[in-house]
Amino acid sequence: MFMKKINKTTRYNMITYAIVVIAYAIVMLLGAAGHISSLMEGLLVPLCIYVILAVSLNLVVGILGELSLGHAGFMCVGAFAGSFFSMCTKEAVPGGLRFLLALIIGAAAAALFGILIGIPVLRLKGDYLAIVTLAFGEIIKNLMNVLYIGRDEAGFHFSMKDTLALGLSPEGKAIINGPQGITGTPHDSNFTIGVLLILLTLFIILNLIHSRDGRAIMAIRDNRIAAESIGINVTTYKLMAFTLSASIAGIAGVLYAHNLSTLTALPKNFGYNMSIMILVFVVLGGIGNIRGSVISAVVLTLLPELLRGLSDYRMLIYAVVLIVMMLFNWSPKAVELRERYSLKRLFHLTTKE
Amino acid sequence: MSLLSYLINGISLGSVYAIIALGYTMVYGIAKMLNFAHGDVIMVGGYVVFVLVSGMGLPPLLAVIVSMVVCTVLGMVIERVAYKPLRMAASPLAVLITAIGVSYLLQNVALLLFGANTKSFTSVVTIPAISLAEGQLMISGETIVTIAACMIIMVTLTLFIKKTKAGQAMLAVSEDKGAAQLMGINVNATIALTFAIGSALAAVAGVLLCSTYPSLTPYTGAMPGIKAFVAAVFGGIGSIPGAMIGGILLGIIEILGKAYISSQMADAIVFAVLIVVLLVKPTGILGREIQEKV
Repeated sequence: MFMKKINKTTRYNMITYAIVVIAYAIVMLLGAAGHISSLMEGLLVPLCIYVILAVSLNLVVGILGELSLGHAGFMCVGAFAGSFFSMCTKEAVPGGLRFLLALIIGAAAAALFGILIGIPVLRLKGDYLAIVTLAFGEIIKNLMNVLYIGRDEAGFHFSMKDTLALGLSPEGKAIINGPQGITGTPHDSNFTIGVLLILLTLFIILNLIHSRDGRAIMAIRDNRIAAESIGINVTTYKLMAFTLSASIAGIAGVLYAHNLSTLTALPKNFGYNMSIMILVFVVLGGIGNIRGSVISAVVLTLLPELLRGLSDYRMLIYAVVLIVMMLFNWSPKAVELRERYSLKRLFHLTTKE
Repeated sequence: MSLLSYLINGISLGSVYAIIALGYTMVYGIAKMLNFAHGDVIMVGGYVVFVLVSGMGLPPLLAVIVSMVVCTVLGMVIERVAYKPLRMAASPLAVLITAIGVSYLLQNVALLLFGANTKSFTSVVTIPAISLAEGQLMISGETIVTIAACMIIMVTLTLFIKKTKAGQAMLAVSEDKGAAQLMGINVNATIALTFAIGSALAAVAGVLLCSTYPSLTPYTGAMPGIKAFVAAVFGGIGSIPGAMIGGILLGIIEILGKAYISSQMADAIVFAVLIVVLLVKPTGILGREIQEKV
């Protein structure tokens, strides 16, 4: 009964948090009972990463209403910044604190890139904005592949050519090695931290959406000119949503970097394919629906693994499922059909009689 | 001399981009959607020719024609099954994601049929290379054919759109679907025709691309697809001469960037130029400014 007293929004948010916590508890119980294969165990942290990415991209795509295809680029920035920090302070700072600082630094670096990219990009509209974000994502990935940073007694050395060009002293060590990336990042992340970060992300974004600022952002999405005419500063709010989304993607990047021993900027992990995959999570979960993003990120990450028994056919099935689900969800005919035979309506009719 | 040969290579690569970009830009103009699967149709075109020429020993020209037919049918089927039901969908993102799904599907079908290993593609071009300026400048047969094909396609397409009824119908539908329908234009057929033409062009582009860079994998089409998309935006998406200019400029920038700045950074340079162009002229080089109505 006490549920009635809490307002609808809070209740919605609570249910979303509860889903995450319950899922976490189930996984932990299954893990304790030894029912989780090592394959699934290896998938737990990536699962958290994808959920965080999907939720943060939903802020741009669903709430701000702009199509961004460069989300993996921000993740890349966060991953390299966080990992670089951890490598530099490996001996000096204890594990927990170091990871916390790495998260903050990764988020800050990604946010900085968010602002730098957001200022010019947000002037564009629609598909033009999409292609420029895609371009930025590719540029970031490309730059990481030619970046060399090393350290010795004299301080940091920086180059865009090769390790030799760094001019390190014999004691010095190259930290970022161009295409080889960063090797030996401490393994600081685990599933519990991942879930905590998911909750933090959800907390930030759900609260933003239901705040005054969030309503301003949604007003811009629904009608930019109308929003501008009632005194909403379009540029500020757009930049705010974009930067916040970028910094959360940076957090996901830090989590990613600290889950692997070697961090490299490949097309597979930070290229446009990754950005598109995150976008697929967002759209399939429901544009603007945060809870939907969480669920679809989990389902779509697990789907190829669950289909592993079908070996070669699994990605084929994944593609077909994707197309069929989109047609079923969005085609006007299917929508009409669904409404006609929806459970709610059938239920409603029977109670009326 | 090396600059000149880089320029020629750039124009050749750019011509391929331009042909692919034409498909993107026509589909965008008429259906207002980014057809992410377009790049993979290129790959299909390449594989069809590969199978026919290397596997069955058909003459290259016949193989190219068959490949065009296959891609045309494929393009129309994709449009009918995957895109048409979503044309009136509430969100334009729905059809974008479906296109991504189709792209995954084509890649994985190719992966199942042909495996992940790289197939070496035998060039379909039989014209010998030309040597100019006492052998200092070599122009390969592929380059000549690519550039010529691009010119022919460009002129034919412009004439088709300007002079024929179907072409005019395409223009009308891209301008205003509702009004076009009121004028008695069959909108569905026109959109299907656009996909057919775009996919046939993709087949040609696939053959030309694989003849110049003779390696074929299920992912061959992805990067050229993205680059051509960039070229289409570069020139002003929806504009046919724009696609041509965008494609060729992009090819030249890529080759010169590779040659003079850094081969690893070539893609980054291409994308950086795109960003600069869009910031100066937000609708691309030949794009039209659309006034927003309140």
